[in-house]
Amino acid sequence: MAIDTRVDSTQRTTRRRSGSSRGMNVGLPIVVFFLLLGLFYLAALYYDKAKQLPFLVPYPHLILKAVFTEPAFQTQLVQALGSTLLVAVVGLVIAVVIGMIWAVIMAQAKWLESALFPYAVVLLCIPILALVPLIGSLFGYEFKSRVIVTVLFCLFPMIASTLFGLQSIDKGQRELFQLQGAGRFTLLMKLRFPAALPSIFVGLRNAAGLAVIGAVVADQFFQRGNGGLGVLISIENQRLNGPEMYAAIFTASILGVLVFVLFNVLRRLAIGKWYDQN
Amino acid sequence: MTTTAPANPTSTSPARSDTLLDFSDVEMKFPNGTVALHGVDLTVNRGEFVTVVGPSGCGKSTLLRIASGLERASQGTAAVKTDRIGYVFQDATLLPWRTVEANVELLAELNGRSASERTVKAQEAIDLVGLSGFEKNLPKELSGGMKMRASLARSLTLDPELFLFDEPFGALDEITRERLNDELLRLFVEKQFAGLFITHSVSEAVYLSTRVIVMSGRPGTIVDTFDVPFPMPRSPEIRFEAEFGKLVGEVSHALREGHH
Ligand SMILES: Nc1ncnc2c1ncn2[C@@H]1O[C@H](COP(=O)(O)OP(=O)(O)OP(=O)(O)O)[C@@H](O)[C@H]1O
Ligand SMILES: [Mg+2]
Repeated sequence: MAIDTRVDSTQRTTRRRSGSSRGMNVGLPIVVFFLLLGLFYLAALYYDKAKQLPFLVPYPHLILKAVFTEPAFQTQLVQALGSTLLVAVVGLVIAVVIGMIWAVIMAQAKWLESALFPYAVVLLCIPILALVPLIGSLFGYEFKSRVIVTVLFCLFPMIASTLFGLQSIDKGQRELFQLQGAGRFTLLMKLRFPAALPSIFVGLRNAAGLAVIGAVVADQFFQRGNGGLGVLISIENQRLNGPEMYAAIFTASILGVLVFVLFNVLRRLAIGKWYDQN
Repeated sequence: MTTTAPANPTSTSPARSDTLLDFSDVEMKFPNGTVALHGVDLTVNRGEFVTVVGPSGCGKSTLLRIASGLERASQGTAAVKTDRIGYVFQDATLLPWRTVEANVELLAELNGRSASERTVKAQEAIDLVGLSGFEKNLPKELSGGMKMRASLARSLTLDPELFLFDEPFGALDEITRERLNDELLRLFVEKQFAGLFITHSVSEAVYLSTRVIVMSGRPGTIVDTFDVPFPMPRSPEIRFEAEFGKLVGEVSHALREGHH
């Protein structure tokens, strides 16, 4: 480590600073991870010995054992993961398409924005639980309904970020185009859309995280067909299989984190070169 | 007071003196009731470089916006006799995702010029403003002065006959500003466009122009006009001449008089 820093010191100081802060980014979370693991063991011990309810909080090593040594459960877990992933991806794609179109329409005129934005806010405020029976009877208790719930989860961030991005251009830039007689479409493609990309990527990242959450939550409501991680969690819960249930919960969480990281990387690849974070 | 009559050619104006901008009795009243300009008469001929100085908020930008067509005068006639207008804003307004080269090509691109023509035009303009070697750089990698050069180059690709400048060098340090003043004068002598330039710096105004116009506070009217007798091309050294200092003093005085 020390040698690395030495070698680096020939480069600019900013480089070195970002390098060392990345070191902290990894170091501290690892410390926290072991603290949490310790707490987990304490809790497991308490539920095992004092409460006699070991399946509520199983020992972490039992969770690992369930994942790595039970082929039958492994198959179930992988299938559930695939199903959740499919629902999340389809839901996300639909939300991205609808969200961007919605935002582009709103960005065309102030009156369109005031006419349509309230309905975007309604999306945010819908108690999805209240719609569940309706969605179920209309679209069945399988894939379609899960996707619809997922879309409801992640549509708003897409709309809001895209709209914010499209409106982020400054007056001077807009007038530069106006002076050349550029039309709406040219303005959109050559100015508004590229300018909106940083914001759109923030929206994508958040929407992707919510898509995973939405897909898992949707499983709780619509349990027929190829169940996802949410279905697996309920089943293992009913069977009082603590380690298996936790394994499914952690898989869902890790999926959410991975999706978040993936979109951060995509964002950096797409706009990192020209976009100054500050 | 009144303005120049076109019949009174400035000492530097070349044989051709076609009028490119002709404002007469222009008034600008915004919908909210603000009267930004009142009774403005102004002509700018080819080969003239006219600079406007005036207190903040007196309507200088509004004047340029009317000239460019971004705004319509609420009264009077504002005639501009060319559609090749260059407009340089106070901010460089470069698109951060485009390289210098692609930024300079933008206006030609929006005007539907072919890719090969754009490339040639852009390279020419980049060389002209002294940005050669930075074609592939992104705006965030440029200094303020270089951004302004790129912005100038972008306007140059249109071969403007009328060049409007709204405090383009206001945000730059003194040395960079003086260097860009010299570059701009060089371009002016070479291209013979008609220039309408806004600045807060009286010495910049006198150094660049063939004519300096002083405006009063709101509603903006023209209170004084000074012909600048120094021939083009000018050397930076004229800034130290007594004649130059005297004119700067007179313009500053007129500016202060018109202020209240
Ligand atoms: N769209 C508008 N609606 C209403 N008032 C406006 C509008 N644009 C400008 N004004 C007002 O008109 C006046 C002149 O504005 P302008 O921007 O032309 O001044 P300026 O001379 O360029 O000032 P500065 O030197 O600070 O740039 C100001 O009082 C401004 O508030
Ligand atoms: Mg202004």
